[in-house]
Amino acid sequence: MTQALLVGTDCSECSHRALDHAARWAKEAGLHLFVVYVIQWSPFSFNTVQENAERHKRREEELERAHSRIIDPIVERLLGEGVDAEGVIRHGHPAETLSALAIELDVSNIIIGREGQSLIKAKLFGGVASTLVQISEIPVTVVP
Amino acid sequence: MSKRKWGFTLLGILMSMPLLAQEGIDTRIDEAVKPFADTVSGIIFSSFPLGGIQFPFVLVWLIAGATIFTFYFRFINFRAFRHGFQLVRGDYSDPTAAGEVTHFQALATALSGTVGLGNIAGVAVAVSLGGPGATFWMILAGLLGMSSKFVECTLGVKYRNEYTDGSVSGGPMYYLSKGLAERSDKLKILGKVLAVMFAVFCIGGSFGGGNMFQANQSFKQVLAVTGGDASWLADKGWLFGVVMAALVGLVIIGGIRGIARVTSKIVPFMAVVYVTAGLVIIFTHLSELPAAFSSILNGAFSPEGIAGGVIGVLFQGFKRAAFSNEAGVGSAAIAHSAVRTNRPVTEGIVALYEPFVDTVVVCTITALVIIITGTWDPSVDPSQGVALTSAAFESTISWFPWVLTVAVVLFAFSTMISWSYYGLKAWTYLFGESMITDVAYKVLFLFFVIVGSSMQLGSVIDFSDAMIFAMAFPNMLGIYFLMPVVKRELDEYWSDYKAGRLKKFGKAANRS
Repeated sequence: MTQALLVGTDCSECSHRALDHAARWAKEAGLHLFVVYVIQWSPFSFNTVQENAERHKRREEELERAHSRIIDPIVERLLGEGVDAEGVIRHGHPAETLSALAIELDVSNIIIGREGQSLIKAKLFGGVASTLVQISEIPVTVVP
Repeated sequence: MSKRKWGFTLLGILMSMPLLAQEGIDTRIDEAVKPFADTVSGIIFSSFPLGGIQFPFVLVWLIAGATIFTFYFRFINFRAFRHGFQLVRGDYSDPTAAGEVTHFQALATALSGTVGLGNIAGVAVAVSLGGPGATFWMILAGLLGMSSKFVECTLGVKYRNEYTDGSVSGGPMYYLSKGLAERSDKLKILGKVLAVMFAVFCIGGSFGGGNMFQANQSFKQVLAVTGGDASWLADKGWLFGVVMAALVGLVIIGGIRGIARVTSKIVPFMAVVYVTAGLVIIFTHLSELPAAFSSILNGAFSPEGIAGGVIGVLFQGFKRAAFSNEAGVGSAAIAHSAVRTNRPVTEGIVALYEPFVDTVVVCTITALVIIITGTWDPSVDPSQGVALTSAAFESTISWFPWVLTVAVVLFAFSTMISWSYYGLKAWTYLFGESMITDVAYKVLFLFFVIVGSSMQLGSVIDFSDAMIFAMAFPNMLGIYFLMPVVKRELDEYWSDYKAGRLKKFGKAANRS
């Protein structure tokens, strides 16, 4: 199977640049491009009883929103530009999920923006890009 | 008007009532509610004389049930202990289900509802009235209670309602009505009766132990730390109640998730702080630990000067364990029922950890601290439970009462949030789901927060205990009929587990 590319997006300015970079690369090399959005979620959080009871409902809503507002418009636009794109949405820890997905989808490169939405959190706890660089088993391209 | 506006209007009216007449509000509320509370407690705690003390039937019911379950499921509380840890860790969690409620989340949520003032204040009272030996019986009751939690949480998941909008409702009301109807037509009516009975008592429990007791004891601690009788808060329990009610109201009526989200991060942190402080005290007095253990064992079987002798000690230990971990009561089944799984038994196994952490770990640490520091006092007034624990910690860590106060208020807050949900589910089971029933219950709940902080604890603690224990009657009666169902599921699951047919995920997949 021909290898593919994976680009992570979180709707920040930087991720749009990463997306453009990934799109150009995929088009030129004729590679399949996975556009991935990770909904931040931890299996070890403490919730209220009500939150748990409504969790399944919320999860469906989150997936639907991510599809209609983020991934589907991007994928449509890319397909229109001639890129062989496909959208993927997952729940989880962003860096770990991207890393696991990259292996599962047999990807040759992960493209990610250097800065995300939250700059302060990134400075204190390390952003997705820096974590990904540490843990990924697939080459990572960080787009500034 | 929108739901929120109705809620806030009613809340505003409620809150302004105490402000209209400030003099001796605390005593007035206490006097008004006391006769009712005492009558109810009297009925539920009807007891028989045993060994010189009055032993409540309901306690025998709980402990006998827990023992029966332990034997019927062949010591599942020990057998499945390790597997429970694997389940909580996520070894058997399918990654495609990411985003759904995990075993850890269901357990953590249930724990934040049960770990509360019973672990801190209640233990102090038990050890004081029953001597150090009460700790032994408390631990035993905790271990036996694990089996009760196992069966009720398995049933909670198995018979839950899954609605078209994606939300879930589970708990004794559902497994008593649906489960018994499945067994036979004759049992269907019994099931309905038990479900309604449970719902009524659950509402009572949500006003009592899950609400008034928490408000009362957290106020007592805040009072003690701000100067006791000389505090500017003395006689102003109603004011504390109003503030607490406002905060709880913001979450349950206003839907301000932010506060609940903050407590959900802070409560586990405070639990760790509390347990760490307890361990620090234990380790700094390590030389006294053997003496503490011997006083526990001696006190358990041949106590000196305890009213009722061994039975009296046993009674105090069992009572506190039962109230603290709520095993057999059925409330936890409501919390655990939201988990994402297609094997209900797995959640039962995970639920084993709840009484273990609550009673065998946290309560025991409290008890050891009290015993080692020698602060247990047989003449203690049951309303001074928190003060006693506070003094115990203070003797070694002088600034701890402040930390304990914050912890107590946070634990009380999170317990109240959980119980407001349990009570709401019971209320809407009886009165149907609608905006009016929803807001009516919530306003009542907040009213009881104010009442609870104003009352003197004697009546509060008895009423709180009574309501929670009353829930155990319909719950466990129904479970006796449903035990075979759970046993079948457990045997099936356990053979799958032992044969290696269960799918492991992630790093666990590479482990044997």
